[in-house]
Amino acid sequence: MTDVAQVFRILPEVILTITGVLIMLGEPLLAKNASRKPLGWLAVLGTLAALFASFWQLQLPAGTAYFGTVQTDAFSVFFHVLIAGIVLVTLLVTLDAAGRDAESLGELFALMCFGAVGMMLMSCATELLLVFVGLEISSISTYIMAAFRRKSAKGPESAIKYFLLGSFATAFFLYGIALIFGATGTTDIPQIAGLLSTSQVPVFGVIGMAMILIGIGFKVSAVPFQVWAPDVYEGAPSPVVGLMSTAPKAAAFAVLLRVLYTALPALHSHWQPLIWWMAALSMTFGNLGALRQQNIKRMLAYSSIAHAGYLLVAFTALSPDGIAAASFYAASYAVMNVGAFAVISHAGGMDDRLTLIQDYRGLAYRSPLLGGALAFFLISLIGIPFTGGFFGKFYVFASALHSGLVWLTIIGLVNSGIAVYYYLRPLVSVYSKPVHSDLLDGIPRVTVPLMFALLITIAGTLILGIVPGRVLALAKAGALTLQSTVSDTTTAVK
Amino acid sequence: MQGANYFWNYVPLLLQILAAAGLGAGMITASWFLGRHRNTKAKLDAYECGVPVEGDARGRFSVRFYMVAMLFILFDVEAVFMLPWAVIYRELPKISGSRLFGFWEMLVYLGFVLVGFFYIWKKGILDWSADKGDL
Amino acid sequence: MTSSLHLWLIPLVPFAGFLVNGLLGRRFPKALVTAIAWIATLIPFLQVLNIALHFSSLTLPYNERVATWITAGNFHADFAFALDQLTLIMLLVVTGVGFLIHLYSAGYMAHEEGYWRFFAYLNLFMFFMLTLVLAENFLLMFVGWEGVGLASYLLIGFYFTKDSAANAGKKAFVVNRIGDFGFLIGMFLLIAHFGTLSFDGIFSQIAQHPEWQGGFLTAIALFLALGATGKSAQIPLYVWLPDAMEGPTPVSALIHAATMVTAGVYMIARAHAIFDRSPFALSTVAIIGAATALFAATIGLVQTDIKRVLAYSTVSQLGYMFLACGVAAYSAGIFHLLTHAFFKALLFLAAGSVIHALSGEQDMRVMGGLRKKIPVTFWTMTAAVFAIAGFPPFAGFFSKDEILYQAFISPNPVGKIVWFVGLLTAGLTSFYMFRLWYLTFFGKSRADQAAAHTPEPGHHAEKEEHKHPVHESPWIMLAPLVILAILSVIGGWVGVPAALGGHNEIEHFLSPVMHAQHLSFEQVSVAMSTQQQAVVPAAEAPEGNKSLELLLAVVSVATALIGWFIAHLMYFAKPELPAQIAAKVRGLYSLLLNKYWIDELYGAVIITPVLFLSRYVLKGLFDTGVITGGGLALGYATQGIGSLVQRVQSGNIRSYAGWLALGAAALLLLTYFGFGTHLSF
Repeated sequence: MTDVAQVFRILPEVILTITGVLIMLGEPLLAKNASRKPLGWLAVLGTLAALFASFWQLQLPAGTAYFGTVQTDAFSVFFHVLIAGIVLVTLLVTLDAAGRDAESLGELFALMCFGAVGMMLMSCATELLLVFVGLEISSISTYIMAAFRRKSAKGPESAIKYFLLGSFATAFFLYGIALIFGATGTTDIPQIAGLLSTSQVPVFGVIGMAMILIGIGFKVSAVPFQVWAPDVYEGAPSPVVGLMSTAPKAAAFAVLLRVLYTALPALHSHWQPLIWWMAALSMTFGNLGALRQQNIKRMLAYSSIAHAGYLLVAFTALSPDGIAAASFYAASYAVMNVGAFAVISHAGGMDDRLTLIQDYRGLAYRSPLLGGALAFFLISLIGIPFTGGFFGKFYVFASALHSGLVWLTIIGLVNSGIAVYYYLRPLVSVYSKPVHSDLLDGIPRVTVPLMFALLITIAGTLILGIVPGRVLALAKAGALTLQSTVSDTTTAVK
Repeated sequence: MQGANYFWNYVPLLLQILAAAGLGAGMITASWFLGRHRNTKAKLDAYECGVPVEGDARGRFSVRFYMVAMLFILFDVEAVFMLPWAVIYRELPKISGSRLFGFWEMLVYLGFVLVGFFYIWKKGILDWSADKGDL
Repeated sequence: MTSSLHLWLIPLVPFAGFLVNGLLGRRFPKALVTAIAWIATLIPFLQVLNIALHFSSLTLPYNERVATWITAGNFHADFAFALDQLTLIMLLVVTGVGFLIHLYSAGYMAHEEGYWRFFAYLNLFMFFMLTLVLAENFLLMFVGWEGVGLASYLLIGFYFTKDSAANAGKKAFVVNRIGDFGFLIGMFLLIAHFGTLSFDGIFSQIAQHPEWQGGFLTAIALFLALGATGKSAQIPLYVWLPDAMEGPTPVSALIHAATMVTAGVYMIARAHAIFDRSPFALSTVAIIGAATALFAATIGLVQTDIKRVLAYSTVSQLGYMFLACGVAAYSAGIFHLLTHAFFKALLFLAAGSVIHALSGEQDMRVMGGLRKKIPVTFWTMTAAVFAIAGFPPFAGFFSKDEILYQAFISPNPVGKIVWFVGLLTAGLTSFYMFRLWYLTFFGKSRADQAAAHTPEPGHHAEKEEHKHPVHESPWIMLAPLVILAILSVIGGWVGVPAALGGHNEIEHFLSPVMHAQHLSFEQVSVAMSTQQQAVVPAAEAPEGNKSLELLLAVVSVATALIGWFIAHLMYFAKPELPAQIAAKVRGLYSLLLNKYWIDELYGAVIITPVLFLSRYVLKGLFDTGVITGGGLALGYATQGIGSLVQRVQSGNIRSYAGWLALGAAALLLLTYFGFGTHLSF
């Protein structure tokens, strides 16, 4: 085994690490009040390179590297591309929003790169300890990013909450790994599957599975581990919220897919009902909680809890279609949510000037582009056809119903009906008159980076909604790499 | 069962704990009996690293204390990480199949540590006396 | 030999119009906006006409696969369009009436702000509606289905400045989502059972399996019917349509009378192969239709807002179409859809003309005596009133009569009941339409009796400034009225039944579509023998049926006459009578006036509990409002970090951690005791 060839298996991670290090070297060398934009563009370049590197990995034969700790396959590539895309858009949005209130931005750019490395590692790791390391890299980066609004009280408060509760949940995850190790004698995901399928599963193995579920449940803000999300989202700067409501969640879902379907399919009779409940509760609580929110970021926080619920529905399907639907949903949710936050970030800047839904009244008249874009993303979040949001839900519920989960499907569809109600409020607000001039006049002109960001997200949402074939094919191919074990479970279920 | 034999392995550890605890307890007890007690106010005061003991417990410290403390722990842990590496350094060629694999890996790792060091240095965290209004 | 018809152009041209007007319209002069919107509707209309002219030479059904859409495992869906007789009729209605309403709108909306936006949305609506009609699979149909809902939402809420308009738009959207929920489940069940959503694929599978009766097909049919009740404003989901009248009148005419609301009927007719296998689902549809028809008609009796009367009338007429589908007389349903599109669009447009003439007044109590002042509007409206009331030879007579006849002879046990309800509704319809007619056009002007006004908001400002004298509308508004009036008179002649010496052409025309499944279900379903008669050429119908049909026609005309007579008595001959009657039966009157308090009931039973849950239970438990925004947040911000730390320490983060721990404990306990196989140590 040559070392050089192995590096290709983690090429996107390597590129992003080097980018982050370069930014860290550059940041203190720049004069104190010099513009940090070059560093941002450097990060954009690095992320683009990582994006292409991820695509390039598709042509590698699926396989592992570094003693079987990482695996490159269609599944990992899908999430790598997704994470790189989210980070790319977030960087562009930050470049736009931070132009006015920049301060030690270099750190933020570097942290985004490092966070992305952690998330990517999570999606390609086949070794629970490496998963944990990736989880920590991504979590610690996001904790710090959440605290970026240092001058406002909300920023540190949000970060402290996120950090303390996050550490608490991570402890569960680690303890889960330990218990699984105790039950099987290994932390290697494929080996765990083999050992569990042949032997009687000791009870602490099952408890370990539940602990891992708790840790991941926190990261994806699924009920009952959702308490932190609204506060943290409200306090963190908007571009960062766009990132942390999508990318770490996508990575955590990737971990959950790999752990549940590759490592623990033998325990599906234990984890399927748990996820069933988590999905049903997340959808219901998220949507009901969002109904009354006045703060748009808080509303989107509750909406993200609900979307985590929709995504978990696909997990319970226990079929390759379900895995593909989950991956696809993660992508479609990411695209539209990051897009919505791009608009909010531009309107509010890094220090959140416009936070209430009614602050956006008449945005479409003041800036047709911003208002139209926000309306478009909300429409996609509702799940109207020809947008990614529709197909995401469609696949999820189709796969769930196909596996006979009638009640969960009904709960989900009722919930997506309730959701319309609160998504329409900002939508109406954006197109209402009289225009909220005193607030909206402060919105600066749309800059080039933001244009790119909106272009990427709008195009992405439309592509996922109109010609989802390619993306779905990749998601499906990814699902099939986890399938060998899945097929056993589905037959066992039916 | 093997259980009993297995736990015998830990007897030396138990002995060491007992010895350490006994030594500590013995020394304190001995000093209590052997030494002279002359209590003054200054002696009875709690010693709090130079900070006045009275006032609000939630008083603010300069953030620099924490910074330095955290950096110390950080580099400490990083140094500790080198210990297991050094222990298995001779085995590494056999495990990895490459003669200098372990060497280069550690160089990369130290490179990252060095970047972090460079960053905090240039940012002026270690410069205690400079005015840090923004910290 | 069928060369490519380029069906994809039909929806795409309006979409192009939407894009151009939507993106650039703000900077265009009004004339250019109008021209773009007109052309974008005219081209599809001409194309459809062209297809109609060559229709007999086409090989039907004609399918056009534009592109592969999605492939997910075994499931596969295309961007595919299909053309058959049913589609053609719908296309003619949508593009024809749509074009006329585009013409009319140019006059009606001339003084409105956001003119370009209005036309852009109108074109968007056309795009989705044509997609819905042309779609060859349920998924693409659903795209159109949701899309028209979206366009309708945008158009109802056109006057966003007004809260009631925005709320009405929201209500329409949310209520429709309940229907969509049914449609989606129906679709998922179709995928699960048939592995495809293509009409061709599903219906041919059904045809090959005559033994499939009821069972899952009933489930699918009921869910699809739930979807249809949402879009076509039937009980229990009709509540959005009357409120939707907040939109501009041309929108009411196009979307909420002629096209979008008939989508449910179209969907049932399209999926009739499924419904035919489930007598239970059919009876449900019939009962829903009959109940809605009667229910909405009774509400329509006492409404005073001219557009609300028409709105309830639309709900009621859609009930007729449902009723027709429910007794498996799909052709009759589609026939009524066709004639209804003519006369109801005309009624709305004429009402719009009246409103326009009165500078925004919609309350009939302050109208009156307009016959001489706006003669064209009066005469065209008269044609429509006679058509909807069901007098021969106007269009409505033939279609309504066909429905009632089919219901009467249906072997379905509910057939006779729904026939009677339909007949009763016909009388009520006649009454409230003539009431509207008399109140608006006859007697003396009551404009000075300033009652409770609810003028259309766009015209409101105009009214405040200077009240125009009552004036006839410009020609651009009158021309569509005249054309539609002619169609309201002669439109029904395509379906003159044999009993009246006609050949019921529309029945023949549609028979290939509705007939396709006959061969299969004839063998298996006795309940469907009516359908048999529906497609047997009327000329061959037994003599007994002929005389029965004639008799039923006489009965229904007589009922309509009674309705007219009572309206004449109450609103022309003795105008003091209505108030006396209302005083006598105060309870009933206020029940009707308040629409049976259904909105309030829904509010109390559904919306309030949900909001209550959201506000108290969830907020109390989980969202204790640590950063509740507004004043509180500002306060915190000024207090600074010190107090923040204090607050975090003393407050919520512990409770958060507590929740987290509690959740974890619950999950672990469930794992340990609750689910799965018994654990062994």
